[in-house]
Amino acid sequence: MRAFLIYTVDGVTNGMVYAAVALALVMIWRATRIINYAQGAMAMFTTYIAFFVIEHGTPFWLGFVIALAAGLALGAVTERVLVRPVESRPALSAVILTLGLLIFLEALAPMLFGAQVQSFPAPFSRIDLTAGGTQLYFSRFDIFTVGSVLCVMVLLFVLFQRTTIGLRMRAAAFNPEIARILGIRVGRMLTLGWALAALLGALAGLLAAPVLFLYPTNMDEVLVFGFTGAIIGGLESPVGAVVGALGVGLALSYVSGFLGSDLAPLGSLLILMAVLMIRPRGLFGMTRQRQV
Amino acid sequence: MSALADDTDDESLGSALRRSTLLRHGVFFVALAAVLLVATYLVSPFHDYEIAGVAIYTIAAAGLTVLTGANGQISLGHGALMMIGAYTTSVLLQWRPGLPMIVTLLGAVVSTGLAGSIIGVAGARLRGPYLAGATLALAVALPQIPLHFAGVFGGNQGLNVASPTAPAALGADFPNERWLAWLCLAAALVTLFLLANLLSSSVGRRLRTVRDNEVAARLAGVDVARTQVLAFVISAVCAGLAGALFAYWVSITSPTGFTLTLSLQLLTAVVIGGLGSLTGAVWGSIILIYLPVLTGDLASNLSLSSDVANNVPLAIYGVVLVVAMLVFPRGLQGALVSLARQLARVIRMRGTVLPAVPSAPEQ
Repeated sequence: MRAFLIYTVDGVTNGMVYAAVALALVMIWRATRIINYAQGAMAMFTTYIAFFVIEHGTPFWLGFVIALAAGLALGAVTERVLVRPVESRPALSAVILTLGLLIFLEALAPMLFGAQVQSFPAPFSRIDLTAGGTQLYFSRFDIFTVGSVLCVMVLLFVLFQRTTIGLRMRAAAFNPEIARILGIRVGRMLTLGWALAALLGALAGLLAAPVLFLYPTNMDEVLVFGFTGAIIGGLESPVGAVVGALGVGLALSYVSGFLGSDLAPLGSLLILMAVLMIRPRGLFGMTRQRQV
Repeated sequence: MSALADDTDDESLGSALRRSTLLRHGVFFVALAAVLLVATYLVSPFHDYEIAGVAIYTIAAAGLTVLTGANGQISLGHGALMMIGAYTTSVLLQWRPGLPMIVTLLGAVVSTGLAGSIIGVAGARLRGPYLAGATLALAVALPQIPLHFAGVFGGNQGLNVASPTAPAALGADFPNERWLAWLCLAAALVTLFLLANLLSSSVGRRLRTVRDNEVAARLAGVDVARTQVLAFVISAVCAGLAGALFAYWVSITSPTGFTLTLSLQLLTAVVIGGLGSLTGAVWGSIILIYLPVLTGDLASNLSLSSDVANNVPLAIYGVVLVVAMLVFPRGLQGALVSLARQLARVIRMRGTVLPAVPSAPEQ
């Protein structure tokens, strides 16, 4: 029972990090019909930026904010410079482009910051809390992880549902032609969407690094797990992505806890295949006639 | 359309050659084999070793070309399929160290063919990002199996594979590297020959029809799902063969050799060369082998740190993929072909006062 509780808390904490990645993927997918395979690598890179400035004497929280800002900028630049020109090309072009960016960032990071595995500081203690003598199964850092991702999700929800700019972004994603006719700067909305998604990714990178350590490919598995969550959720639905990613987090935590941590990626593959076999467009995906 | 066919489709060749694709490919590949045979004699054993590497990557990249280029299905997990081939070979050799290479290669082909058909059946139901996601999960998950079942697969250390020794008939001082290069080149030529014929056959047409328009393909009586599974199996078999040879080539099979990076490198090779062209797969493989050699030399000349030197090739692949998509979406082969067409047009224009037909719109 104790082990089960520990794995559950772990699963939720990891699941929230995967959920941040999944949500970032879904935001970009809904807006531009592109899967950003470089999402994890971008997060890794911004985390290295935080690591670099913190190593050079910047206070932790300033470094944290710098990484988030770097994510915002990297996302905007990626959309504006790289993605915009291939948007009208066949889908494969964008896939290969973001994979190219993934390879490039994973090569650039060790060139700039060194290839050795670094330990990234956690802003809060990772030792489990106790309340009145009873051992709890989560630490302050776990609370921070879950809380910060939830906080950003709520902010994004408010942005998309309650503000004019959010309405414009949704319109630009839903129907670019009509949105343009109505005077919405569709290009700017897409850039903003990518920037916000990369910000979310950067947060995931900062939250994952204290646990996974920091090295150029540390986000590969996180990307796969987040992607798995997003696919299970159906790629269209932000809620589905978060639920899917939490499910993946929990399932993998049980698999690695009870069966061995090597099997976690294999577990992710099996879950993904099982869900896709039953519903090829994910659990929350709209069952749609294949486009002619 | 196979670019290899284009290469030989010359007016000066006999009409028999023009009529029979099989004959044309046969003549071309026999000539190519002769040239390569001479070439392996002219270079040092070290370069023979590199040539073997090019041949191995060519096999895997050619298989991926059939899947992604001709059939339009993407796979980010071909490195994992190579791993299945490599581990099949290595485990067979652990069990019976003296097994002849042909047996282990066949074993690898069968096991990856099976794996490919399973993935293919699953993949045929999936489109675009869903298929990419599933194969991506495969690329990340599969290297964990040898770590978990360390008893059979040797864990992180991996399994040693004795590299093939040249038969005594070739002389006492015949380098083993050259023998390995011959074996790999033979495998690559046979693979390319079979794939080139396949792509110009009715199967190839079906693959391309499914890629271009699924609905039209179905209306024309093509079984879409079966065609997609077939493409996956063909491509997996190639990856398995490449993986088996890879095991002999690097003499050790360990999970670190088959990371996501390998899968992405194969895709890079296919894209750099030009999607859909087998010749492009050869170009891409040449670049995969020789770019690290070139940058390694450059880095040691500039005395760069190893962190920088080791990652320059990867950085270049990344930049090349991005630039290729922005500037040359049809890859190196496509760029060369359109350059050749432009040159030909300039030469023709010089001959006539006015061009007979308005120049065709550029793609």
